[in-house]
Amino acid sequence: MSLTIAVTGMNARADNPGPGLAVARCLKESALAPRVIGFGYEALDPALYHRGFVDRGYLLPYPSHGEDALLARLTELHEREHFDVLIPCLDAEMQSFARLAPTLTGMGIRTFIPNSHQLALRSKDRLPELAAATGISSPRTQAVYQANFFHTCEAQGWRYPLMVKGLFYDAKLAYNADEAVAIFHRIAGEWGVPILAQSWILGEEINLAGVGDGLGGLAGAVMMKKRALTDKGKGWAGISIHDDELLFAAKRFCEVTKWRGGLELEMLRDEQGNLHLIEINPRFPAWIYLSAGVGCNLPDLLVRLALGEQLLPTPPTPAGVLFIRYAEEAIVSLADFENITVLGETLRFGALA
Amino acid sequence: MSITEKKPAWVAPVIVRHSSSGMNKFGGVREAQFRNEIAGVSIAELVEKYGSPLFVLSEEHLRQSVRRINRAFSTRYAKVRQAWSYKTNYINAVSAILHQEGCDAEVVSEFEYDKARRLGVPASRIFFNGPHKPRSALAKAVKEGARIHIDHLDELALLEEVANEQGVLEFPVTIRLNFDTGFTENWGRFGFNLENGQAMEAARRIAASPNLKLTGLHNHIGTFITDPRAYTAQVGIMIGFMNSVEAATGCTITTLDIGGGFASRNALQGVYLPPEQITPTAEQYAEAICGALAVGLKNREQNGKPLPELILETGRAVVDEAEWLISSVVANKRLPDGRRAMVIDAGVNILFTAFWYNHEVRPARPVEGIPEDTVLYGPLCMNIDIVRQSVSLPPMKTGDLLSFWPVGAYNNTQWMQFIQLRPAVVLVRQNGQVDVVRRAETLDDVENPEHLPIDLQPNFS
Amino acid sequence: MKNTLLASKRLAISESGFVFDPVSGQSFSVNETGLVILHLAQHEDDLDKLVEQLAEQFDASILEINRDVQDFIYRLKGFLK
Repeated sequence: MSLTIAVTGMNARADNPGPGLAVARCLKESALAPRVIGFGYEALDPALYHRGFVDRGYLLPYPSHGEDALLARLTELHEREHFDVLIPCLDAEMQSFARLAPTLTGMGIRTFIPNSHQLALRSKDRLPELAAATGISSPRTQAVYQANFFHTCEAQGWRYPLMVKGLFYDAKLAYNADEAVAIFHRIAGEWGVPILAQSWILGEEINLAGVGDGLGGLAGAVMMKKRALTDKGKGWAGISIHDDELLFAAKRFCEVTKWRGGLELEMLRDEQGNLHLIEINPRFPAWIYLSAGVGCNLPDLLVRLALGEQLLPTPPTPAGVLFIRYAEEAIVSLADFENITVLGETLRFGALA
Repeated sequence: MSITEKKPAWVAPVIVRHSSSGMNKFGGVREAQFRNEIAGVSIAELVEKYGSPLFVLSEEHLRQSVRRINRAFSTRYAKVRQAWSYKTNYINAVSAILHQEGCDAEVVSEFEYDKARRLGVPASRIFFNGPHKPRSALAKAVKEGARIHIDHLDELALLEEVANEQGVLEFPVTIRLNFDTGFTENWGRFGFNLENGQAMEAARRIAASPNLKLTGLHNHIGTFITDPRAYTAQVGIMIGFMNSVEAATGCTITTLDIGGGFASRNALQGVYLPPEQITPTAEQYAEAICGALAVGLKNREQNGKPLPELILETGRAVVDEAEWLISSVVANKRLPDGRRAMVIDAGVNILFTAFWYNHEVRPARPVEGIPEDTVLYGPLCMNIDIVRQSVSLPPMKTGDLLSFWPVGAYNNTQWMQFIQLRPAVVLVRQNGQVDVVRRAETLDDVENPEHLPIDLQPNFS
Repeated sequence: MKNTLLASKRLAISESGFVFDPVSGQSFSVNETGLVILHLAQHEDDLDKLVEQLAEQFDASILEINRDVQDFIYRLKGFLK
């Protein structure tokens, strides 16, 4: 019997993709050869319709609608699909899944995700605390509830330009208070408060995707330097690297938090060569397919950990492998679109009109 | 069609356009659920008997809520006292239940002080806060031995004068502090600022007065605080100041009043995640606060000082979730821009918190049909009377009931009598009995304080 | 109103309540009652008669049905511009 794995984050938009499609693709290329079910939040989430990587797509209630609704929907779908493993891929839903994890385990759905406490530790507004606990440097960060902060913050030692970030998504550099206030309102309008102010450091960003084994170890990791950005600041091309300091920071993070599950570390190397922790995402990044590309398929690794397999340490990954992202269109029949709109699910494979 | 055959019920037709986002039939599930009872009593029967709109309190919910907070703190720190924040909800039945549960009273005006006294609260168990305490109020409070929290220097001077007049020496007082915790906007308008030395200056003035004695420190960091670390910071700063002020003036601090501000499971507008995910539990607040006390007070008793009593002035977290508002659909409307709207019989005049919170709105019966984004307007002839900007609701008929929750905090105190009379408040008792704890207002209630000069009596004959 | 009823004939209506307008490329969801109305509108251009037919099928007053149908057609009109 092949495994059935549910993956969220089907919002594979061209300019700012969610990670779900890349995770599904990694799984489809793994020796596990699972059935992959995609969970989306919008009828136009592209990956729901990608029949090569996603066998069937379903809609879930939005995270902001609460856990009761989410659990009811998951229970209903589990009766039909019998999920073995569920991999959440979006920041805004992680708290819900972390809190539901014990219930899901009871239903027979395994997850390999951090608990609520671990999630809180890496919350963007707690970065300085985490940095202190791990001994990794990080820029000054403060949660901001009122836009007026940006007019008065210079008295508290802040200097422009500074980064203005959403708690879950979005970040932009503001060169003065007026810009910061405008960004504050734009992000708050979509993701609510608090908004984060973060002092800006000139440097080169490097990233690491990995899996924490839940016992304090880093089970596998792939490192990457973005080579080209979209106008939203998302990488559309990148190259694998090997940076011992970055790897050490990730190991230290896993050791301190006993991190369980996928993660992405975003760090910055300043002009003096020092590393600063900018952000930790509690899930795989959208560029996770590079991990399969360099021979260290991290979603496959995560599923094996979720299933309780004993794993050998993964070998170091080669540097110098590029990914270049392109957009392509899925052709969707009106019947398929109707089905997801009316029933919240794509048509069964083969039932396509 | 034969006579015995029954025609299907009519449901209003709905058409919704699919847009590029927000297209998710499961998006509205939260609101589509219904609630047909409160604490075991049918909502339809309550409205039939007591009218609509109607506030419904649950004794069971209220008692459980205050007990949970009490348990969370008293199992973590030896000396804890809850003072019921009257301004949050001073319906006598609410205050009385909370006093039965062991709460003191926290009042912020002479009116509230008198209210607590009339209910039988001893003055020694009243914490008297607020920026305006007139001479008459201070005189009464000093005479009766209430616990006064000084807000500013003018009040300090007035209090000293009053105590002196009454020949009272070393009257124990608390000063209210304000400072920056790094987590919330400092409410600098209340109390004495710590950073600029105002607070220490006030303490020195008190130390120099034969009539007053500083025994307590008070601070209130804000409202709807969802990050318990703000309290850890607050308690740390207060303990630091306590040590300095004791060293500088030789006083002994016996109470630390950390105010309120705990969140309820209400959805503050502008916050993305649902309340169950952002609202800390009583235990999480207690952990943050008592943890900071344990650290800060580690050597206090060794140094010959008593452990201060911790005072909590929690309002919202105690009462908010113990009350519902029931309202009826008056009309369905289609706005010129295509949005759907409903007029209901409860407006912002009685649901004041609708300005800041997106209450949970549930129909009182299972309603079928496609939910549609709906604006809920109150009954006032005022453009601002919007009870909800947007909520996903299935089609409803006039007369259908909706429940709003949680509404226990601030609505029964901030409601206003504007073009309408205020509705009844009922309490579902633990035994299932329903008591009217505030009857619906009558025209007489509004007109009794008035006097119409006899020559102004209109004559339409 | 009549024009809207006429225009509604161009809609592709699925029994699931999914409605597609081939002219504008927009799609819609309707509830069961909406579906009944759109089906009736395929053969009936007179609003009053359409309401009468509904009153025969459903347990409600002509007044209530007329009101709701007016609202529905008004919505539809906005979409089929």
